[in-house]
Amino acid sequence: MTSSLSVDAPRTGTPRPKGKGEGSMATALLSPTFIVLALVIAYPLLSAVYQSMFSSQSGLDADGFVVEGETFVGIANYLDIFTGSDSPRFYNALWNTSFFTFVSVSLETVIGVAFAVMMNRAFKGRAFLRAAILVPWAIPTAVSGLLWRWIFQSNGIANELLNQEILWTAEGMSAQIAVITAEVWKTAPFIGLLVLAGMQIIPEEVYEAAKLDGASGWRQFWSITLPLVRPALLVAVLFRLLDSLRMFDLPFVLIGPRKSSVETLSILAWDESNQLNYGAASAFSIILVIYVAIIAFVFIKLLGANVAGDSEEKSVRRMRTARRKAAR
Amino acid sequence: MTTITAPTVRTAPPAKRRRKGTGAAVLRYVGIAIVAVYCLAPFYWMLVSSFRRSGDIFDNSLLPTTWSLESYAQVFDSSTMFGTALLNSLIVASITTALALVLGIFAAYAIARLNFPFKSSILAIVIATSMFPGISVVVPLLRLFSDIGWINTYQAMIVPSLSFAIPLAVWNLTTFMKQLPFELEQAAMIDGCTKWQAFRLVLLPLAAPGVFTTAILTFIHSWNEFIIALSMVNDPAIQTATVAISKFTGASDFQAPYGAQMAAGVVVTIPLVIMILLFQRRIVEGLTSGATK
Repeated sequence: MTSSLSVDAPRTGTPRPKGKGEGSMATALLSPTFIVLALVIAYPLLSAVYQSMFSSQSGLDADGFVVEGETFVGIANYLDIFTGSDSPRFYNALWNTSFFTFVSVSLETVIGVAFAVMMNRAFKGRAFLRAAILVPWAIPTAVSGLLWRWIFQSNGIANELLNQEILWTAEGMSAQIAVITAEVWKTAPFIGLLVLAGMQIIPEEVYEAAKLDGASGWRQFWSITLPLVRPALLVAVLFRLLDSLRMFDLPFVLIGPRKSSVETLSILAWDESNQLNYGAASAFSIILVIYVAIIAFVFIKLLGANVAGDSEEKSVRRMRTARRKAAR
Repeated sequence: MTTITAPTVRTAPPAKRRRKGTGAAVLRYVGIAIVAVYCLAPFYWMLVSSFRRSGDIFDNSLLPTTWSLESYAQVFDSSTMFGTALLNSLIVASITTALALVLGIFAAYAIARLNFPFKSSILAIVIATSMFPGISVVVPLLRLFSDIGWINTYQAMIVPSLSFAIPLAVWNLTTFMKQLPFELEQAAMIDGCTKWQAFRLVLLPLAAPGVFTTAILTFIHSWNEFIIALSMVNDPAIQTATVAISKFTGASDFQAPYGAQMAAGVVVTIPLVIMILLFQRRIVEGLTSGATK
């Protein structure tokens, strides 16, 4: 806890003669990383912005010649997406992305926290549980897509257990349920793991004190556990939110591309680029980046998720208020 | 796999009965059983299905009536090129991991141990890049790589993979390096080491466990990567395993070869499961160190 990642500001006023040459050494050490990040993050971002203002449709120019290749269209691609011919597909994908993210992250959070509580109580089986809980996390998403397609097969195990005959992997609501189920299965344990780690740094005395004051188990959970794991939980949920917004592999493998009920923004952009509509594809990917950034910003501002690290005083203060609340 | 019995999860005992001892113990075991069944049942189903004969693939019994390696034979049938795909995955994931580690060690050392302005913003930038959607990297780079003839090459998969591997490595390694005591380096420097020698001879050996953990995490992420490999490569000889598996249509069957798909899924997942069993403590440590600090 002492090594908080968030160095608020470089301390001024305290001259540190020792660190004189460190600036240039840091530059030397950091530059390879930043050169590569510039190539694989900054360049694609700028290039996408640029490409999104071109359209590759061939047509006739003013003199009646056939123009092959790219023409500058300004923001026409974006206009198309928001109001034009692309808009129904775009709004559908935007809705799917948001719907999947909201529903699956909510379910994952509830299941993850429940798992963490159960694992925190388990003493004997903890090593086994820890290995078990890593399995869904480690399975490649593409494989998990195949696996769930098999489970949701028309005469597969899901229909047998539910005693139903649902065509899960076709289209519509059932396909969405299938995607959400697979997504939650794979990622709830991850949240559970992070929350469990947060729980394990809560000192036992806090619970002892609460017990002495007669707080019930439920009360202890709401007034001690939950507030104290809040930082870890918020980071986990933020990661899951951002990861879920770019969901691609799972619907792609489980249901397939070009299925409107499970088409996410990532799949839509991929499909456009697959058909060499780089302009539209770039525009979609820029919109996705902006959407992700907005969600991250709002989440961090609203809930105060501290990704870079929590300062010590803050967590001590939080622990104190939690203890007080539990004792009340 | 013996731990998974039929999902006969007993319902929790009535909460009113506040017999501390046995009630709590039963609840505890029920909890363990729920978590274990939830996590392992689908994986178990994949495993069991992969050992069924293609004739009784649609059986829903808990164990195969007749065990068979037919599906595995189908997977490694030379026409599927699945062995090549596994090798490709290994090459791409290993090189990505190695590059990310080398760059990450330098960057993390600078962020964790040196004093310079804008340090926190630099770390923030690195963390922010890890949230960048894969598709937004793929679309522009696809264009660039087709222009310079990189489509169907390993580097076309490795370079974009660095976009998630480097932030992951830098963040993890920074957390680890911050935990090491500063006195050791100072002592080495008092003994006449340069900053660089102190890093190489003192800090790096101490950071080895953290480097190893980061390597495991980065490798698993690269091994599981899908969208980059799917977009940059269409030649089956260069395809990675995750992509090959998604395009798996079997040798001759008209019906989707579910048995072979499950067997291929098991083959792709088994290396990861072995890693989990060997290094679970480290993996958990690596995954959680960023969140609880």
